[in-house]
Amino acid sequence: MAEISIQDLPRAPIEEVAGRSLWADARHRFLRNKAALASLFILAVIVILCFGAPYYGLRPQDDVNYDMMPAAPPDFAGGYIFGSDDNGRDLFVRTLYGGQVSMTVGLVATLVSLVIGVVWGAAAGFIGGRVDGAKMRIVDILYSIPFIFFVILLTVVFGRDIVLIYFAIGAVSWLDMARIVRGQTLSLKRREFIEAAHSSGVSSWNIIRRHIIPNCLGPVVVYVTLTIPTVILTESFLSFLGMGVQEPASSWGTLISEGAVKIETAPWMLLPGILLAVTLLCLNFVGDGMRDALDPKDR
Amino acid sequence: MPSPGALGSAPLLTVADLQVHFRIGGGFLSRRPPATLKAVDGVSFELRPGETLGLVGESGCGKSTLGRAVLRLLPQSMGRVVWLGEDLAQISHEAMRQKRREMQIIFQDPLASLNPRMTVGEIIAEPMKTFQPNLPATQVKQRVQDMMRKVGLLPNQINRYPHEFSGGQCQRIGIARAMINNPKLIVCDEPVSALDVSIQAQIVNLLMDLQRETGMALIFISHNLSVVRHISHRIMVLYLGRVAELADRDQLYANPRHPYTQALISAVPIPDPDVERNRQRVVLKGDLPSPLKPPSGCTFRTRCPKATDLCARVVPPLEEIERGHRVACHHWKE
Amino acid sequence: MGIGSNGRSSVLEVTNLETTFATPEGEVKAVNNVGFAVGAGEAVGIVGESGSGKSQIFMSIMGLLASNGRARGSVKFHGREILGLAASQLNDIRGARMSMIFQDPMTSLNPYLKVSRQLTEVLVTHKGMSEAEARKAAIGMLDRVQIPEAAQRFDMYPHEFSGGMRQRVMIAMALLCQPELLIADEPTTALDVTVQAQILELINGLRRDFNMALVLITHDMGVIAGMCDRVLVMYGGRVVEAAPVSPLFHDPQHPYTAGLLRSMPRLDETSHGRLTTIAGQPPNLQRLPSGCAFRDRCDRRFEPCATELPPLRSIAPERSKACHLPAL
Repeated sequence: MAEISIQDLPRAPIEEVAGRSLWADARHRFLRNKAALASLFILAVIVILCFGAPYYGLRPQDDVNYDMMPAAPPDFAGGYIFGSDDNGRDLFVRTLYGGQVSMTVGLVATLVSLVIGVVWGAAAGFIGGRVDGAKMRIVDILYSIPFIFFVILLTVVFGRDIVLIYFAIGAVSWLDMARIVRGQTLSLKRREFIEAAHSSGVSSWNIIRRHIIPNCLGPVVVYVTLTIPTVILTESFLSFLGMGVQEPASSWGTLISEGAVKIETAPWMLLPGILLAVTLLCLNFVGDGMRDALDPKDR
Repeated sequence: MPSPGALGSAPLLTVADLQVHFRIGGGFLSRRPPATLKAVDGVSFELRPGETLGLVGESGCGKSTLGRAVLRLLPQSMGRVVWLGEDLAQISHEAMRQKRREMQIIFQDPLASLNPRMTVGEIIAEPMKTFQPNLPATQVKQRVQDMMRKVGLLPNQINRYPHEFSGGQCQRIGIARAMINNPKLIVCDEPVSALDVSIQAQIVNLLMDLQRETGMALIFISHNLSVVRHISHRIMVLYLGRVAELADRDQLYANPRHPYTQALISAVPIPDPDVERNRQRVVLKGDLPSPLKPPSGCTFRTRCPKATDLCARVVPPLEEIERGHRVACHHWKE
Repeated sequence: MGIGSNGRSSVLEVTNLETTFATPEGEVKAVNNVGFAVGAGEAVGIVGESGSGKSQIFMSIMGLLASNGRARGSVKFHGREILGLAASQLNDIRGARMSMIFQDPMTSLNPYLKVSRQLTEVLVTHKGMSEAEARKAAIGMLDRVQIPEAAQRFDMYPHEFSGGMRQRVMIAMALLCQPELLIADEPTTALDVTVQAQILELINGLRRDFNMALVLITHDMGVIAGMCDRVLVMYGGRVVEAAPVSPLFHDPQHPYTAGLLRSMPRLDETSHGRLTTIAGQPPNLQRLPSGCAFRDRCDRRFEPCATELPPLRSIAPERSKACHLPAL
């Protein structure tokens, strides 16, 4: 009989011990990181604030108030927390709705880049050889297309459209993700548990699905949290240049664009910029926190 | 130990002139000229059901590469590998995948061979579910827990993750995974080298018990001659990818004929001060040659106390000097 | 107090050494009240598995503990207290009068510096030699450790040497100043067995030539049998048995030592049945059981084992054990 531990082996079924997965460990470490936790909390507040805007009984964002024209400073009594812009619109409300747009772009474009990038990169890394070479050359070529040029081209062909922005940004961000996932896959391929799966007769597709992708997710998750700020910033940049959302909708980028022009006479118009900065900072802290949590040796 | 395959069984595995050559360098923009690393350079042997073949040798001898080549895990291999009458080199990729139910491998690093994101239950069940995808979940669980009991793990640990176990327990998990489909052969690649001494004995016992129970064959790869001696029926000594000597266990230790085998055996420390301090050692001179530029003729000649001109000119063939005992040396008689 | 040495003056005397590490999960005592002495020219073997603390003893002595480690107790080198000395003072002894070699030569050889530089540096710093003198002495030492064509290889980088040769270079570096004590931590574990035989023979020869004391830390009982005069067996951070080498192997008095010897397959054995194993696994230092750390795995345990920690007591001249059993 094979050697067992000193305690007698129970015959009746007994309580199964719950395992402590690596994700649980990481979560535990993340929760101990005060900066990351605080940032997560602040982000949650901002998200609730922005997406709950329609429910707070605020005035609509395109509501023009002739008394508040041209740009008037914050007036708490009148309910204009951030003041108004040149068209007499409530800047605070515009900021909130703008936040909705910016954050949605951030999320959607990142999700798109995640899905395409992971599948593309994992397959390229796993299959290797010429297929890998071909796929990564495509990535290299797409990488070399100047982004602004690409967006301008799209704008000229399809006109200004928020969906266009999602597409354009997503089309560019997946390239980095593919590279990262491919790199992870390449190093994972050599690990013994992959060899074990292969020698057990597991098919290639199942190896990618069950063994490679879950083990790539660490760096991918971290990269995602750092991609979102990049995407938001890119959208802001595009809007700043005038290629983003259409009036009367706003995004933080358009608001900053308007504010930049009036900075000398109406400095409060840059308040949306502060909100953007805070959001980006929090996302970065959360990203750092996740990286530290997922790989404590990598500090 | 009862002699295996005593019922006149045909060999389970026949390997003939197996070679594994790796191409090094010589890429499109590489400065180095292409070179061939002959990790395994013409190895032949048979394996009978229920038998344990020990593969020993030092760095660069190719024993791990050989083990993987037998299981067709290396695309660079050439030569015949006949499994139950079928030449594995000739069958399709999918047919080979089906054969993997019958031949398995356990690894040196117990923790690295387990997917850190899967539970123990999932790890052990995977080979079973790969070939029997429609098994009901309750049956899968039952079999996994039976197997856990058999290898000495508590069945209630089924939902834990690899990093929550010790090295010895991880190796048991690896063994359970390899055994779940009742294979006929398990290649053990240094399965106890990374374990504490007191745990090594437990795992060796486990493998021997399982072999006795199921009649499976083992190819036991190790650099630890004492352990190999204990567990094997026959032993093959490799040097730089070639077979130096192949013999029954007791024959090899009582009457080693190849100078390398003699040096190897005399170098192994014995835990007994009286014996150890009075031993006559055969000391090899020099260092292991680079596998990229092996010496001509007999690759061992640069370190061999018996080397002559003949050894540099002619590769010594593997000849049978007595029943079951083969040596590749021109001067084995001396 | 230290375990009996062979009567000659002690080069190293360790008393009540305790090393603790501060981890997020609490304090871990890696070395727990360890004491022993090493006489001039003596070879002492320290045997143990994972968690035994055998390496940490010497990391503490050499001042090489990780930043979260703390060592307490007394370590005397030729009667002078060295535990807790500042690095600058310790440096006079480390490398010059007391040297250490490790399992992995690459950790003590800087891969970016040529071997010549690393060797001459030792001599220039500790012996105040000039570059030319140091070069000559270093090449001489490389010859001594049987590195072929030492003069030509002298200016190479570590990665250009094979594993066995790197180990020899490390030995050369450790012995350049002819230390009185060499501490070897698993020096041959990563090497092929034929290379191991060469290296051990080399260490023995140099030990005789320099009348150097040797502390050999390993898990390989065969190596201990061949190299050591006295042995300390460690388990769970404590010394559980100490004896001269022959009595230890022929008449072990602690169940762990006996179990270890019984469970090892020997090359010259003739039986091939099941090995007698020690049940269970090596202890988790963060959760040591009460009483004797070995009790869960011991087949001879009885009542006091779970409640009282067995002290290390002398059972014969130069022999001691930490076990409640009267005799095995």
